[in-house]
Amino acid sequence: MIESLLKSDKAELTQSARKGSPVVLSTRVRLARNLVGTPFPERASSAQRSDIMTRCAEQIADLPQMKHGTFFDIAELSDLEKQVLVERHLISRELCESESGSGVFINKDQTCSVMINEEDHLRIQFLKTGFNLRSVWKQMDRFDSGLESELDVAFSHEFGYLTACPTNLGTALRASVMMHLPGLVISEHMDKVIRAVNQLGITVRGLFGEGSDATGHVFQISNQQTLGESEQGIMSRLGSVFKTIIDHEINARFKYLEENRARLLDQIGRGFGVLQNAHVLNSNEAMNLLSLMRLAVDFEMLPEANRSDVDRLFIECQPGHIQFSAGEGIEPEARDLCRADTLREEFARLPALDFDKMNKLG
Amino acid sequence: MAENLKCSHCNNPATVHLTQIVNNKIIKVDLCESCAQAKGVTDPEGFSLADLLSKAPLTPESGQPQITCPDCGLTTADFRRTGRLGCAACYQSFVPLLRPALEDMHAGTVHKGKVPEVALSRQTNVAELKGLENALQSAIDEEAYEDAAKYRDQIRAIHQAVEAGKVDKASATETVQS
Repeated sequence: MIESLLKSDKAELTQSARKGSPVVLSTRVRLARNLVGTPFPERASSAQRSDIMTRCAEQIADLPQMKHGTFFDIAELSDLEKQVLVERHLISRELCESESGSGVFINKDQTCSVMINEEDHLRIQFLKTGFNLRSVWKQMDRFDSGLESELDVAFSHEFGYLTACPTNLGTALRASVMMHLPGLVISEHMDKVIRAVNQLGITVRGLFGEGSDATGHVFQISNQQTLGESEQGIMSRLGSVFKTIIDHEINARFKYLEENRARLLDQIGRGFGVLQNAHVLNSNEAMNLLSLMRLAVDFEMLPEANRSDVDRLFIECQPGHIQFSAGEGIEPEARDLCRADTLREEFARLPALDFDKMNKLG
Repeated sequence: MAENLKCSHCNNPATVHLTQIVNNKIIKVDLCESCAQAKGVTDPEGFSLADLLSKAPLTPESGQPQITCPDCGLTTADFRRTGRLGCAACYQSFVPLLRPALEDMHAGTVHKGKVPEVALSRQTNVAELKGLENALQSAIDEEAYEDAAKYRDQIRAIHQAVEAGKVDKASATETVQS
């Protein structure tokens, strides 16, 4: 069912990495919305859930932003297909486990997805590569206003948009960026950064792994609080914290380069060699090697044009994607062989690392 | 390092100490290993003190008002167990429980963001129209035609206002990136 999504040559996350975006991989904004008169999904009967799905699906399909979009009924997707959609950040794990009467709309370039009957009746998400808070919010705002002109959303002047969980009240807005932070991890500053931003009501979590040394050095950073602050307020506060983190990351990279030039060149060089020659690669190792390759693009050792290949491989080397493209239920060990095959093929096409570029730096 | 701290949920020695600034207030929580685990503090998916404080404590507290939502039947016990409400109407029923929790959870307790003007005015219009249609019917029944004409005009005016106020969906296309 989902083949066309994977084959699309217009998919935002896998095809269009933003030029000159060394730290931020992507920006995401999500809103929660509920309709008046029907209990939230968890307490709704299955008849009420399917009524919500029908009513929302009708309106969403009508919106211009969803032109040529696709609707998936979660009950009709296999576990593997759901995993692939999770890995592409198009649906949540919670939606995968929901009972009947849940679904998701995904637009053509996969920048917008709307989950129906997740924790709330509607969970709308817009996603763009690069650091793009304001433009992503603008798109979201228009989409939301379009929906609201047809659907009666649950709202109170005191609490704002009413959501199943009170932690989402008010704007019901969660804005986040995906950041690649190898400099802060290697220099062991990540714990400090996480503690500092936690105190500002901002959450950091590893995308592929745990804690402060997440696999692939990719972190998702988002606001925790949604009530008592306007959308613009939330985003400008987040924006300035994000900029500070980016500055620290860049400084950490150059400091590391200054103090450990040979070691860094060696790591990147060896990583490139492994990707071109390995025959067995597990998910963790692949993510960590890809992280080094993204760094190589940032240091101009690999052409900027290959940034989107690296970012695409971050997605396509996850277990669900590998298993899906292998075409059958393969064992984890066979998956590691397929992953290595894919990466070998991809990296055979890349030019040799340009170590001279790096030697001119710093 | 204070060694005698007790877990805020059981009386075991606390080994996990959390500090977070929420709403310009410093909030500190001390937990033992097992309560920290049960609360998801060690959860790699990330956690927030705001969430932690909003979730039901491990042991039920007495003296909480017992509320049942008239619309969906959610009870205080349900809310404390899941940390979630059942329907929009719950937000009226559970206000006494919610207000103090929201102060710790969010930057403020009153919404400052976007207001769905179109949806709200439509909901008001629907209520108003219903009243006017009733009035129109009884005016006709009583053969009070002057009144009936007046109600009919008012109904028409509301319909026109609704049409004029609708967000022009076509205009939304221009910002959609191709």
